[in-house]
Amino acid sequence: MTHLAQFAQQFDQIFVLAKHWLLGYVPAGAQPLCSAVLSVAPIIIVFPLLFAITTLLERKGLGRIQNRYGPNRVGPFGMLQPIADGVKLLSKEDIVPITADHAVHFLAPLLLVSASFMDYAVLPIGRNMVIVNLNAGVLFFFAVGSLMELAVFMAGWSSRSKYTLLGAMRAIAQMISYEVPLVLASIVVIMQAGSLSTVSIVNMQATYSGIWPHWFVFTPWGFAGFVLFMVAATAESNRSPFDLPEGESEIIAGYYTEYSGFKFALFFMGEYIGMFATSGMAITLFLGGWSAPFSFLTWIPSYFWFFAKLLALIAVFIWVRGTLPRLRMDQLMNLAWEFMLPMTLLNLLTAGIWHFMPAGPSRWLVCSTMVAVPCILLSRGLKHKKKFQVHTYHYSE
Amino acid sequence: MSTATLPTAHFDLEPMTGPSKEQLLELSMGPQHPSTHGVFRMKVVLDGERVVRLKPVFGYLHRNHEKIAESETYLGSMPYTDRLDYMCSITNNWAYALAVEKLAGIQVPERAEYLRVITGELTRLQNHACLIGFLMQDMGSSGTPLMYAFREREKILDLFEALTGARMMCNYMRFGGCRVDLPAGWLDQAKKVVADFPRFLDEYEQLLVSNEILMDRTQEVGVLSRELAVSAGISGPMARASGVDYDIRKVDRYSIYDRFTFRVPLGSHGDVYDRFMVRLLEMRESVGILLQAMRAVPAGPIVDPKMKIRGFRPRPGEAYGRIEAPKGELGFYLVSDGSPNPYRYRVRPPSLINLTVLEDLCVGRNVADIVAILGSIDIVLGEVDR
Amino acid sequence: MVGEGILKGMAETARNFFGSFVSKDRLTTVQYPEEREPRIEAARDFPFLVYDGADWQQGMRCVACQICEKECPPKCIFIEKSKDKKPDANGKPQFYPAVFNIDISVCMSCQICVEVCPFDAIKMDVDYDLSTDDRFGGLLLNKQRLSKSNDYYRRIHPTEAAEVDARLAGERARQEAKAKAATEARLTATAVQPASGEPR
Repeated sequence: MTHLAQFAQQFDQIFVLAKHWLLGYVPAGAQPLCSAVLSVAPIIIVFPLLFAITTLLERKGLGRIQNRYGPNRVGPFGMLQPIADGVKLLSKEDIVPITADHAVHFLAPLLLVSASFMDYAVLPIGRNMVIVNLNAGVLFFFAVGSLMELAVFMAGWSSRSKYTLLGAMRAIAQMISYEVPLVLASIVVIMQAGSLSTVSIVNMQATYSGIWPHWFVFTPWGFAGFVLFMVAATAESNRSPFDLPEGESEIIAGYYTEYSGFKFALFFMGEYIGMFATSGMAITLFLGGWSAPFSFLTWIPSYFWFFAKLLALIAVFIWVRGTLPRLRMDQLMNLAWEFMLPMTLLNLLTAGIWHFMPAGPSRWLVCSTMVAVPCILLSRGLKHKKKFQVHTYHYSE
Repeated sequence: MSTATLPTAHFDLEPMTGPSKEQLLELSMGPQHPSTHGVFRMKVVLDGERVVRLKPVFGYLHRNHEKIAESETYLGSMPYTDRLDYMCSITNNWAYALAVEKLAGIQVPERAEYLRVITGELTRLQNHACLIGFLMQDMGSSGTPLMYAFREREKILDLFEALTGARMMCNYMRFGGCRVDLPAGWLDQAKKVVADFPRFLDEYEQLLVSNEILMDRTQEVGVLSRELAVSAGISGPMARASGVDYDIRKVDRYSIYDRFTFRVPLGSHGDVYDRFMVRLLEMRESVGILLQAMRAVPAGPIVDPKMKIRGFRPRPGEAYGRIEAPKGELGFYLVSDGSPNPYRYRVRPPSLINLTVLEDLCVGRNVADIVAILGSIDIVLGEVDR
Repeated sequence: MVGEGILKGMAETARNFFGSFVSKDRLTTVQYPEEREPRIEAARDFPFLVYDGADWQQGMRCVACQICEKECPPKCIFIEKSKDKKPDANGKPQFYPAVFNIDISVCMSCQICVEVCPFDAIKMDVDYDLSTDDRFGGLLLNKQRLSKSNDYYRRIHPTEAAEVDARLAGERARQEAKAKAATEARLTATAVQPASGEPR
């Protein structure tokens, strides 16, 4: 191997090599425990840091979209704003309503944060950089991710307030409804890859034909699956346009109205960490995980590509938040059950057809029409029902 | 210590049929709320997410405007009228000046009429811009359309500051004309602002008009039937969105509005979307009026030369002066007994009258719709409570 | 096509995002207090008393006629007339305000006091950084704090000040012309007198 390629490979595996080097200093008996700690510690350090950066990027991004600066007073370009926010939240009084269920009220944010962090156990951040390579990694991911919904409901219920109750009900309904398209959209990838293990899914996508990667998003069923997965992920993280449970202009803050100070910070962090985790899963399933987009770019380390894709998805989240108004509850549910569920099932069929047809332009044509035609038919149907019609106006004489 | 008990709900409406009272949730979208356009409270009874009853409670901003006016001179009430509908101070002033001019039989010179029309239509532009921004904000757009609308509004407010000295509390009209004449270069600056305005409207339309989420949230929501609009005395864009062809500028032809050609947009469904779109279209018509008026401003005095500022005593009588304010029909009813202070001074606030149908519009809809419907009625609490 | 409106909206937002780095029109923030918007000449905040010359007590135009106190809608002006008179800019002895207080927490900047003043003694200032933490007297401006010179007035409202100065100068010129005509008439009268009082 050339000198440069060797150097690139070492740089790529630098964290793995560092971990092995550190483990060499630990006695053999303590090695499993230390190995676990050394694997988990970077996640617990890096992703909250990414959360802090994201809050800043979001405020500055939304500001620029709205023709204003974001925060720019604390530190150069506002870069120390997350620290200021953290200090503020930590120093606030922790108010718990007197009628609240104190134990559940206390546990809800803890559960949220724990559940979100556990999701990272199966995400491959780079080549050979996954905490645990479970055989049923994707299943583990969705199972643990559902704990977040429980935490949200605990928060809303224990606060014993009408606003929080409304918010909790809405949140539970929304999150449960969107679990279905989320999981169904990921099943197509599992079908193609033939395995539930995240590592093998990424390894399958990390090959190239010429300079083009084999990412699943570059197939018709993969593209549809990716779009459906991202819409469902937005709904799972309660982000705009699906943020009715925390509908700021209607029910103040929904299920976490009664939380203040550090618990609120934990909720905020738990939601964002969950958002990163779901985006990370989308990257793993559809966008090729840590693999580079072109074969001549593989010398850039794999973890860099993972975070680059993650930041790109975060930018799309912020962009969508800055543009769209909120969907109402029944429209949310209609979207999940009447549009996304049939589309995901159709996508399954498409993926199956793709698998059994011989490679070539014909299968591209068939699968693309199978994905595009229902969309167009649906638009026509909705316009026909006069649901989305731009009204015309007449003038008086 | 015993666990605290929740207070029982004191809901003083009559018992209702349908689901039993224990299953209903009484929510107070209380005076402190991000979307109620001021201190305004709504007692809402919900069955799940559906609204069963709604009772608006207002009066948090009552400032005794009408009583104060009885102890102030006629001119002294003029700055107080600024603060009624605090977004549109110039049209408030205009309605009051119109009422006093009717009472005392004062003539207004030509140039003053042109200035009144120009400033009045600019006020309409900035009020509607505010409204469409706030409606989107209430529906959750995280402020982006609001910021765009306010970017344009700032230009108009700068014009007001250059002319009258204040951005919002303009105190511009006097009985028999306007207070101050145009400074040098104002008309050119105003022409530039007005000429740029349609570009903002086009951008706004691109952002929103065919947005599916917006359409879903606003179409067939809060439908106000034509009969209800007429019988409840609804006026302004809200009535016109329900198809009631009533624009006071065309009906009364007050001031010099019959010299300008403009159309009056009418909606047919009367839902929130129609009220939103009618205001957008009205903004375009206002731009047309402004361009016509600014081309033809004559020279001359800006106030009736016979009017003096102090010692104004109109003869005894009564008068009702009304204009097409951006929010509806704004009227002032004055009763004079020959003294320098009015005997009775009554404001007909369009926001309050339009608000009376809130319950009819909201019953049967979701909680999320209440905010959209309230936003489309376009209330300002300064006017509702006076 | 479903989603088309949403995509158009997102294109509009992206245009604003990238435009905000490029054009000032799409980033209209003024970073107060380092930058300030250029002050508009006609802006008005709270009233102030104008004095001519260098001495604020000697040159004050206000003659305590109390018209502004009567016409002020929220009644925020408090005047106490003096017992003695002092000469004004034209030399004529006038009353002056012994106490002239404006409570700017009540003042609503309506400018009616300026309109009704017959002596151009009270005008609108443009100073708004008047906040204080003195709860009890900090917002009650007394005569000394309210007095600012005519030069200051010319700086903040050049057009108005020029017009007021021209009018006052015109009045002064007319008064001087009248006074000169009166003295001339008196001189000619006295000149005629000795002629009639000559011993025959």
